[in-house]
Amino acid sequence: MSGFPWLSVITFAPLVGVVFILLIRGEPDVVARNARGVALWTSLITFVVSLGLWANFDPLATGFQFEEKLVWVPALGIAYHMGIDGISLFFIILSTLLTVLCVGASWESVQSRVKEYMIAFLVMETLMVGMFSALDLILFYVFFEGVLIPMFVIIGVWGGPRRNYAAFKFFLYTLAGSVLMLLAMLTMIFESGTSDIVTLLNYDFPASMQTWLWLAFFASFAVKVPMWPVHTWLPDAHVEAPTAGSVILAGVLLKFGGYGFLRFSLPMFPLASADFTPLIYGLSVIAIIYTSLVALAQEDMKKLIAYSSVAHMGYVTLGTFTATTQGVEGAVIQMLSHGVVSAALFLVVGVVYDRRHSREIAVYGGLVNRMPAYALVFMVFMLASVGLPGTSGFVGEFLILVGAFKANSWVAAFATTGVILGAAYMLYLYRRVIFGKLTKDDLKNMMDLSPREIAVFAPLILLTIFMGVYPVPFLDAMHVSVENVIERYETAVAAAQHLSLAAK
Amino acid sequence: MPNLIPALPEIFLAVAAMALLMAGVFLNPQTASRNVSYTSAGVLVVTIAIVGLVTDGTATTFGGAFITDTFAVFVKALILIATAVAVIMSREYLEQNGIFRFEFPVLMVLAALGMMMMVSANDMIALYLGLELQSLSLYVIASFQRESTRSAEAGLKYFVLGALSSGLLLYGISLVYGFSGTTGFDKLAGLFIGGDAPVGVIVGLVFILAGFAFKVSAVPFHMWTPDVYEGAPTPVTAFFAVAPKIAALALMTRTMVGAFGDLGAEWSQVIIFVSIASMILGAFAAINQKNIKRLMAYSSIGHMGYALIGLAVAGAADDAVTRSDGLQGLLVYLAIYMFMNIGTFACILLMRRNNRMVEGIDDLAGLSKTNPAMAFVLAAFMFSMAGIPPLAGFFGKLYIFLAAVEAELFALAIIGVLSSVVAAFYYIRIVKVMYFDDPEEAFDKPISREMKAVLIVTGAVVLLFIVYPLPILSGASLATAALMPG
Repeated sequence: MSGFPWLSVITFAPLVGVVFILLIRGEPDVVARNARGVALWTSLITFVVSLGLWANFDPLATGFQFEEKLVWVPALGIAYHMGIDGISLFFIILSTLLTVLCVGASWESVQSRVKEYMIAFLVMETLMVGMFSALDLILFYVFFEGVLIPMFVIIGVWGGPRRNYAAFKFFLYTLAGSVLMLLAMLTMIFESGTSDIVTLLNYDFPASMQTWLWLAFFASFAVKVPMWPVHTWLPDAHVEAPTAGSVILAGVLLKFGGYGFLRFSLPMFPLASADFTPLIYGLSVIAIIYTSLVALAQEDMKKLIAYSSVAHMGYVTLGTFTATTQGVEGAVIQMLSHGVVSAALFLVVGVVYDRRHSREIAVYGGLVNRMPAYALVFMVFMLASVGLPGTSGFVGEFLILVGAFKANSWVAAFATTGVILGAAYMLYLYRRVIFGKLTKDDLKNMMDLSPREIAVFAPLILLTIFMGVYPVPFLDAMHVSVENVIERYETAVAAAQHLSLAAK
Repeated sequence: MPNLIPALPEIFLAVAAMALLMAGVFLNPQTASRNVSYTSAGVLVVTIAIVGLVTDGTATTFGGAFITDTFAVFVKALILIATAVAVIMSREYLEQNGIFRFEFPVLMVLAALGMMMMVSANDMIALYLGLELQSLSLYVIASFQRESTRSAEAGLKYFVLGALSSGLLLYGISLVYGFSGTTGFDKLAGLFIGGDAPVGVIVGLVFILAGFAFKVSAVPFHMWTPDVYEGAPTPVTAFFAVAPKIAALALMTRTMVGAFGDLGAEWSQVIIFVSIASMILGAFAAINQKNIKRLMAYSSIGHMGYALIGLAVAGAADDAVTRSDGLQGLLVYLAIYMFMNIGTFACILLMRRNNRMVEGIDDLAGLSKTNPAMAFVLAAFMFSMAGIPPLAGFFGKLYIFLAAVEAELFALAIIGVLSSVVAAFYYIRIVKVMYFDDPEEAFDKPISREMKAVLIVTGAVVLLFIVYPLPILSGASLATAALMPG
């Protein structure tokens, strides 16, 4: 590998932008304009550099790439250890891409405290990228948990009327889950004598300990994903967060949980994962069916999409714990697809919210007459969310269901009903907002998408369709890494069975 | 003639305090207070240097009653820094309230002297001597704002309860002496090998612990804290929250580990209970507070609970490595706690409108608009106290909990992390008030140069600890080595 510290550059480049923004002085208007400019350029450059990561990525190599290692706390063996594999690669690119779009989407809608707003998003980008590239438990935790601070501020400062409640709920829910994970990490460090994730991936924890460690990690990731029944913070947070906050929340933060399951739970605690698979199946199926039904009854667009996120993430957890190649690859694709599609759907809601300042479905109707381009964009993402073949949503859900059928056909059968329900609530939403007669007076002078908004949506549309039509580049890059995880899981489970048979 | 070199810093400080007192009396009354104040801060800083220079390994003197080692150096450095900063921070406040007298800094110096003697005490009598010198100075400065009934009440309350706790402590010491025949830590340490001790010693130990718990304001001996914190002049509160806590915890550590190390299984049970109770009470009782000084009182009770986990580990663990990890966690926690608390109180001291202190949490509303820099540092301190990475407070908790996990004190660790979530609620509420609420009238400006410096230094430590943690970590590990030979 080249000596260029790709990951450190991508992780900390946004902080350079923060420094520049802090140096801006002058009239409020000038400050706001320059802050936007600096944030856009910083995030664009970071995004371009992160594409270089993909270009230089070797899909055939096993193990981690672009590794960097620096001693940090020698006494405890904690190191600044960065590196990525085929799973984390795309999440990094997703994070950098969505940050650019968030800056673009907030260009006009955020007018108060622009400087602080842009700083919050750039700090967030640093933490997200760092989270996906950390290869040391403590480093991972620092990034994982640090995200709470900017997100808390984003919801609380630029959020809606009930922002205080939503921000506190978000913060305390996720913190409560994470501190238990911290204890589990400390136990792992003590047990194995290292906090290095690469080493820990090959460390066999005693079976009885795995159960507890798994549960502690589960407490954290289940809240983040979020899984039913600890999902209740998500609708509140989404409804109150500003558009770009929702985009990051749905697009990247929810993936922390899914990524965690894949990076920690499955390969590090294979025996416990095998034991708890029925629990995950049960919760995932409940999440898929129950939250889909809840989504059907929503009156608020953002809330509806928030519930649909819970359902879609239910597929992710389901696919991950099938521990089949299709299931796990499907879960990663589903996460990426959801990251693009739900982020886009929140932007779609943001477009009409900027104009009409309401998210109530009943306020809208017949928008196709005034806003044909908008209707088209909305349709693409609506169909991708439903999982129409040819969109990214289809690839993920299909692979997960294939994996699920291999593992347990009953679970797969229940999960499939979610696809139907998903179509029901999304189409119902679309019909109420877009179709019908344009009777409401205050909608009659709504403007269609501006060039800026089209520029924000264009990459997302391209990506959605590209991933749907030709997912091979994505699958190729992650294949080896996914196989590693599954192989590790299967060997451990097989060894344990062998042991218990021998004991008989 | 005893060897005076190990006690040189204390001797220097004592002589300097007397000299300052004389200077205060004979100098021009117009400028005396100011000059004495600055000189006191200087003297404290010089003492840090002397402490560092004099100590070379472990040395005892005065018939073994006084000890210096790397542990003492580390803790004394913390205490002296905290005292020096408190002296500097108090000048402006005292001047504005018309109570700026030269006795104030001198009393602070005397309190620091008492604390240094506590840290170096290697005998029950020396321990009591240091403790009382410290306490008597603190009683006086708690009621320094004589015209204010609240301040007088705080001083009185502190004095009565402090006297009670000293009584408990003395009773415990006399029991231990009666049943073991000695007051020297070194001799005591040799008596209980294998964990066998007469019941009288155990009872005495419990009384000693009760006395210490008063001083560190750990539950169930915490009742005085909120009232005293609220009533005392704010710079005094800032001082109370840091230096005496550190000194008392260090004293507690040396007594327990140094003298009663073999009875760890006995006293660690008490510590575990006190620690759990403090963490829970600190978390829940602070939720409803409206006054920021009261809130900080409960916050400090909670923090003492976390710090005590380290001591509990040092008592309960089987192997020496885990025990020293517990102590190291304790010291790292204390060092970080000091910076966070000084910084927070510096912010509280800046909460002035029209030359009057305001103390309500609601008074901070919208600070992020009226004074963004101050809001930012205060928010950093709050997140740090809540233990959110990447701030320094997280690493304090990390070390403490790692030690607890190593000692397999899982219940303690789980209660600890969960109560930290509850506590996070009130810390982030302050952030909410500053950032989410509409602005109130701005605080007085300009901010004096020394306050700015304090905020910048403490803020930098809290924010940048993650980048370069080694100075504090290696200092703490060196200090632990002195207490845990082998």
